[in-house]
Amino acid sequence: MAPPADARLQLEAVRLTALYGRRAVVKDVSILFPAHSVTAVIGPSGCGKSTFLRCLNRMHELSEGGWVTGTVLLDGADVYDAGVDPVQLRRRIGMVFQRPTPFPTMTIYDNVAAGLRVNGGRSRGEVDAAVEQALRRAALWDEVKDRLKKSALDLSGGQQQRLCIARALAPEPEVLLLDEPTASLDPAGTQRIEELCHELKHRYTIVIVTHNLQQAGRVSDYTAFFYLGDLVEVGRTEELFTKPAQEQTEAYITGRFG
Amino acid sequence: MSARRLRRRLVSGLMTTLVGVLSFVAVLALAVILGYLVVKGASSLDWNFFVKNPVPAGQAGGGVANAIVGTVIIVGVAALIGLPIGIGTGLYLAEYGSGRFGWIVRFVADVLNGTPSIVVGIFAWTWLVRPMGHFSALAGSVALAVLMVPMIARTTEEMVRLVPHSLREAALALGYPRWRTSLRIVARTALAGILTSCLVGIARIAGETAPLLFTALGNLNFSSSILQPMQTLSLQVFTYGTGPFDEWHRLAWAAALVLMGLVLLLSLTARWALRSRHGAAR
Repeated sequence: MAPPADARLQLEAVRLTALYGRRAVVKDVSILFPAHSVTAVIGPSGCGKSTFLRCLNRMHELSEGGWVTGTVLLDGADVYDAGVDPVQLRRRIGMVFQRPTPFPTMTIYDNVAAGLRVNGGRSRGEVDAAVEQALRRAALWDEVKDRLKKSALDLSGGQQQRLCIARALAPEPEVLLLDEPTASLDPAGTQRIEELCHELKHRYTIVIVTHNLQQAGRVSDYTAFFYLGDLVEVGRTEELFTKPAQEQTEAYITGRFG
Repeated sequence: MSARRLRRRLVSGLMTTLVGVLSFVAVLALAVILGYLVVKGASSLDWNFFVKNPVPAGQAGGGVANAIVGTVIIVGVAALIGLPIGIGTGLYLAEYGSGRFGWIVRFVADVLNGTPSIVVGIFAWTWLVRPMGHFSALAGSVALAVLMVPMIARTTEEMVRLVPHSLREAALALGYPRWRTSLRIVARTALAGILTSCLVGIARIAGETAPLLFTALGNLNFSSSILQPMQTLSLQVFTYGTGPFDEWHRLAWAAALVLMGLVLLLSLTARWALRSRHGAAR
């Protein structure tokens, strides 16, 4: 099942294998992430879905013993090419983690501005504007606009996670990687993040790892099912959930294992 | 109640009492020392004690202003030398010290940490006092700095390691280079802990005497030149306490009390700083 032909193929993994030392945890995965869509990556714990996500912005290689074969293409360019600076690459691919990770010594404002300042070359007014825009896109502006100079730790868990999304959005990335972003949130916080996915996909290409099948069904256009490091199946979400091509996929989504 | 349960209860009660008594003995020792210091020293603490220099031996009156100023100078210079090196080493060990070189540095620091301070003193004497031809406060500061560095390095490393790995990853994923992640995010987050370890380190060396005996030497007069012999509170306690005059003994107790108070104050400040960090970052 191919994505629509008119979509710009922004992000693509080609025969990607991720290893820890000599142990492969993601095996020979090829997959397209169509631009301006949400792709959910699902699978049981330990199937390599988080590791796979971390290969896309070259975070995996920072782990002890982590390395990859194969490659990832962003707008057709190889992100594992020797000439590519992974630090620069990570400014084009934002990432949000399982647990909210606001910088505890910084204010709400400084947290959002952190990724802008590390790039440098922006005036105070430009940073102000970018911070407001990022907070608006993360649907947090109205809640924090009067206390931007307060510590980020004063926010609730759900707000902290949206702050982290705003922080990832501020440097204007092209891709947003979400690694189980609602795993530590209550239902209300989860719903806010899911609504955000719908709004944000008009501007960004989103890949979301989740162990929650209902969430995958609610937020994604495409779904990829991983099992034991293999990409078993990928397709339009409604098709994958209603008539999966692989028996393993069907067994997983009907709750027979995992 | 079965006999077995009864025995368990008895043993449990006995053990709890035993460790309670032992803790009491430990605290008692500190309380006795502090109490005795106050009894013997407090009566000599007057304005003159802090602002006057010593008077010729045998005469009454006089103070230890020279020792107080000397302690501040010698410990201050030692901190100036020792803290940057110690903090830098600690940061390196925590952030980049997973390899073989890190292992060696850690090992050397641990050995240095256990080195008797008088051994460090004799090295300072051989390498600084002898070439310079005379005793000096600077040599004393260097000796104290050498004692300080491994202590600060190891505690800084511990504090930096307490910073959650997820914060490092968040910064790296945001496009922070590794060194900026270490300084802007990790070291900043550990700052209160690092400051605490500095205060504890300063408190530890403030009372050192042995390495100063053959470096700073001591000085019965006021001196503020770091190239000359200088008095410190710890040296004052040593000279006056072992001297022949009752007046000296009296001043020695008072000096000991002031030194103890100074160390206590540093320790309390350190505790307070650490607690205010755990409270919240406000």
